[in-house]
Amino acid sequence: MAILGKHVAQVRHPQHHSGQAAGEEIAVDVRDLRMRYGSTDVLRGLTFTIHRGEIVALLGPNGAGKTTTIEILEGFRVHSAGRVAVLGADPANAGEWWRARVGIVLQTWRDHGKWRVRELLEHLGAYYAPYSTEEIQRPWDVDELLAAAGLTECARKKVSWLSGGQRRRLDVAIGIVGRPELLFLDEPTAGFDPRARREFHELVHWQADRDRTTVLITTHDLDEADKLADRVLVLADGQIIADGSPDELSSRMSTQAEVRWSRDGQRYVHSTREATRFVRDLFAQYGEAIEDLEVRRASLEDTYMALVRKFETGQGETAVGEFTGAVR
Amino acid sequence: MNPTLTAVRLGLKRGRIEIRQTFTSVSEIIQFAIFSAAAVYILIIFSHRMIPGTNYALSLSILPSMIGMNIALNGLAGISGQMPVDREDGTTLRAKSVPGGLAGYFVGKATVQMARTFIGIAMLPAAALLVKGTALDSAGAWLTLAWVILLGLVATMPMGMALGAFISKGGVLLIFLGVVGLVSISGIFYPITHLPAVLQDTAQVFPVYWLGLGMRSAVLPHALAAVEIGGSWRHWQTFAVLSAWAIAGLCTAPISLRRMARRQSGSRLTARREKLLRTAG
Repeated sequence: MAILGKHVAQVRHPQHHSGQAAGEEIAVDVRDLRMRYGSTDVLRGLTFTIHRGEIVALLGPNGAGKTTTIEILEGFRVHSAGRVAVLGADPANAGEWWRARVGIVLQTWRDHGKWRVRELLEHLGAYYAPYSTEEIQRPWDVDELLAAAGLTECARKKVSWLSGGQRRRLDVAIGIVGRPELLFLDEPTAGFDPRARREFHELVHWQADRDRTTVLITTHDLDEADKLADRVLVLADGQIIADGSPDELSSRMSTQAEVRWSRDGQRYVHSTREATRFVRDLFAQYGEAIEDLEVRRASLEDTYMALVRKFETGQGETAVGEFTGAVR
Repeated sequence: MNPTLTAVRLGLKRGRIEIRQTFTSVSEIIQFAIFSAAAVYILIIFSHRMIPGTNYALSLSILPSMIGMNIALNGLAGISGQMPVDREDGTTLRAKSVPGGLAGYFVGKATVQMARTFIGIAMLPAAALLVKGTALDSAGAWLTLAWVILLGLVATMPMGMALGAFISKGGVLLIFLGVVGLVSISGIFYPITHLPAVLQDTAQVFPVYWLGLGMRSAVLPHALAAVEIGGSWRHWQTFAVLSAWAIAGLCTAPISLRRMARRQSGSRLTARREKLLRTAG
């Protein structure tokens, strides 16, 4: 997996955090969250916590319930059952103070096309001014933020004239203008080219590194989860089926390995969960007759892609079972 | 800093910015010019016809009536027409994601509509050059003008917002046609007393008629009260009906707006967009 370009989250020091309430170390606490539309269960008992300062990716195929989950956490949707605490409050009934501590970037925005970039950022930022604390002076200085977002050049442009990438950077800039303690990003880079995606991630990190902001990002793209997140939650069929750092997940899931070798000019392939023992036995049996030995572990991506494929062909239930079995 | 005051102050600022956008937009200016030209044209063609049974030109009565109509049209159809658009492009959701943003959004909307209305009213002295015989020459007349305009704004804008929170883009046209229909039976362009009784009764339920009547009472010579229903300007009834609409609007708007705000979310926004793309493609 690509480690290049990945920010090292551990560098951020917990003791310097600028929280609203000291000691509030858990940003998101979800217990047995359920969501039902009519007779369809979209979420079937999610339980997870996100600690302050963590960057967490909620990864899953389309239709897994990612957007429903994040919208419940954003306070845009009321859940059916379970307990949800976001920055210590139930998002469905949280007030404006809570709202000021949360930043939101949605998949698609087309709003405020007639406004000029700087004008809009300044206007929306001003709503946060009454919510400054001793630690967090809200909002960001507009010019500083424009520079960080690479939008200084188009500060006077109309929003509708921006390119796709510029528009998305403006969306993130608006999402973080109030210096949120918790930032939600819902499928933020769908349809991006690699450069636009990288700039997007850099801007998210700019905010996260400065304020030790907690970030929850939903994505169906494993590569994005790997690049951005400290921890990945895999959501499928309304359940969390895996929870861990990208590296942990990939090492835990690589139990399945493929062994290839040749003997007497013939090639063999064997799939096993215990590659080491298999190879030992192989040598014990054939010794020097074994040539071209190769042991390949399935990557996180392989396993995840297999899961997604099974979901798309309607074999979700079995796929989840296999995946959970592999991870736990 | 008080958060509520900040939101209201920012709403006013938002209104100012959007007013500037409106009056620097070519399409808006053209639209405004067409409406003004149409109004002047109507005043000119009716300046040679008389109000039945009087020696006053019909255009004299049409001028204040149109201003009253403008208040109702802006307040009911103007505001409600923009809200579905704002919901579809994410403006409302953006407002919801910012602390105090929805308050700012609604204050901004109201500010823009009031500005549009007042610009219409400001054309009055210019238009009065076209029609002779207006009687805006006493403090009482100006006072009447002021309270009818203010009460008219309160009677129509909250109701317009309450409607706008419910309707889809298709509903915008329905509301517009509804208000135009009301205009046609509310004695704006011709004395209402010449209409069938059932239409007269219908018109008197809605604010359009009373706004027209109130404006006429402020601007026209007292003698012209004789051609109105009951031969009077009926100030008390005007006050009562417009107040009833104001109260109804102020009571329903918060409920309706809260409902709309609750129903805003990112996936609904995406769903609406996809539906739109499907119908377009």
